[in-house]
Amino acid sequence: MIEFRDVDFSIEGNPILMGVSFRVPRGKTTVILGPSGSGKSTILRLLLGLYQPDRGSIFFDGEDLTRVTAARLREIRSRMGMVFQQGALFDSMTVGENVGYALLEASGDEERDVEGTVRQFIELVGLEAALVDRMPDQLSGGMQRRVAIARALAARDPIVLLYDEPTTGLDPQSGERITDLIVHLRDSMGKTAIMVTHDIADAFKVADSVTVLEKGRVAFDGTSTELAHAQSPFINEFLAPFRKAILAAQRQFQAAPGFPAPPAASSPEGGRA
Amino acid sequence: MPVMFAIVERFRRVVETVQDYTLFTIETLRCCVGRPFYGREMMHQLHFALIGSLTIVLISAVVAGQALAIQLARELSNSGAKSQLGHFMVISVVRALGPVLTGMVVASRMSAGITAELGAMRSSDQIDALVAFGTDPIRRLVVPRTIALLIALPILTVLSDALAVIGGGFVGMQYHLSWEAYWIGALQFLTPKNVLVGMLKPFFFAILIVTTACWKGFRSEGGAKGVGVATTESVVIASVGILVTDVVCTRVLFRILGW
Repeated sequence: MIEFRDVDFSIEGNPILMGVSFRVPRGKTTVILGPSGSGKSTILRLLLGLYQPDRGSIFFDGEDLTRVTAARLREIRSRMGMVFQQGALFDSMTVGENVGYALLEASGDEERDVEGTVRQFIELVGLEAALVDRMPDQLSGGMQRRVAIARALAARDPIVLLYDEPTTGLDPQSGERITDLIVHLRDSMGKTAIMVTHDIADAFKVADSVTVLEKGRVAFDGTSTELAHAQSPFINEFLAPFRKAILAAQRQFQAAPGFPAPPAASSPEGGRA
Repeated sequence: MPVMFAIVERFRRVVETVQDYTLFTIETLRCCVGRPFYGREMMHQLHFALIGSLTIVLISAVVAGQALAIQLARELSNSGAKSQLGHFMVISVVRALGPVLTGMVVASRMSAGITAELGAMRSSDQIDALVAFGTDPIRRLVVPRTIALLIALPILTVLSDALAVIGGGFVGMQYHLSWEAYWIGALQFLTPKNVLVGMLKPFFFAILIVTTACWKGFRSEGGAKGVGVATTESVVIASVGILVTDVVCTRVLFRILGW
């Protein structure tokens, strides 16, 4: 479905990505994981054609995006829905106008013609349809992120969803709702997705496969189960806080009176190790 | 050698910046024709530019017109040529002061507003979001503002000219120049050529104000601080650019008109 093949990218001579290769199969969710500044978000921008790679190829359904015309790139883009970091909602438009933006752009319809569809997508992401007339700054961070997902979904029924740090800056409950929604969209609608995050717990929750970046290079590419057992020094160091947090949580559970003991030696994605 | 290298590097950057702005302006003008055209956004921007700027433009015109008229009336009275006040006011205001003053006032307001708005949109990924949804940001954001100011600035200039010249008549009356005598001199020089010289400039100023403001907003980097720097730079470039464009326009138009 999507493939990065030996992609190099730099900004003003500073290398951001070096020889990055990975694949995203159709209907699966791949998580790009890595510390801040490792080039994760750049991958989504390259896929959208917002940046051009210095070298290498990016394939979308067999088409090399680095060789297509601008018009063809716009067509391909219309098959992707992007959820930007912090939502990137258009702050001069209402929630309804944001969600219906791509529909109106594509069809040239009047707002009232897409009102029903807009309400449907707002409800799909777990918000009240009555929010359509609110401005984005009147919503909480979590609600803004859900509106951004609704906007991406409404964008001409995309076959690929791209999430750039969808839970960053949210409280744990709001973050949980967003990741639940991402999993729900994958399971119920079969959307292919790439999620960029530095949150290891989110990655294990939603990922079918994980690509870990270290300073612009792929340090790991495999399933989340394989990642949990990977032993390279960087992966060990990167996962150490997460592993410690799991152990601490297990100890707290065991120490708390009245709480049932957690299942022994659970793997991070919930299966048995 | 390091000094030489730094000079060459600096020169290269200046050339690249000028090239970038020129290409941005050409692309903006190219996009002004054709579809999609965002009419509702254009009307919103027209309201912001025309109605929003009206008060400060008119106040500036009255104040600057009065100041100019007082200076001229005093000198002309001393030389016994106060009947020429209307003539000098029309030449000064319609050809030069009106367009430049209006351009400067509108630039200070619009440039700052546009650059700050687009800079904030850029730093919050809203411009990238537009591209991701298949929208050309120049057509969506720059063209409506350009067309709005191409309509608003000439109208504001006419109003500004009118107020400044009318104000000159009141100053003339303080110097014992009759209202009729003032207007006989004024209307005698309110010729199509003088009006043409004054009314062509606002179109160039409008393109300059919008393209520099949008270009600076689009290229702003570094969050709130970067947007602040870009806003300051866009106001400075537009203000100085208006003065330079005024000189160039005046020279070119005088040559074309054979003056």
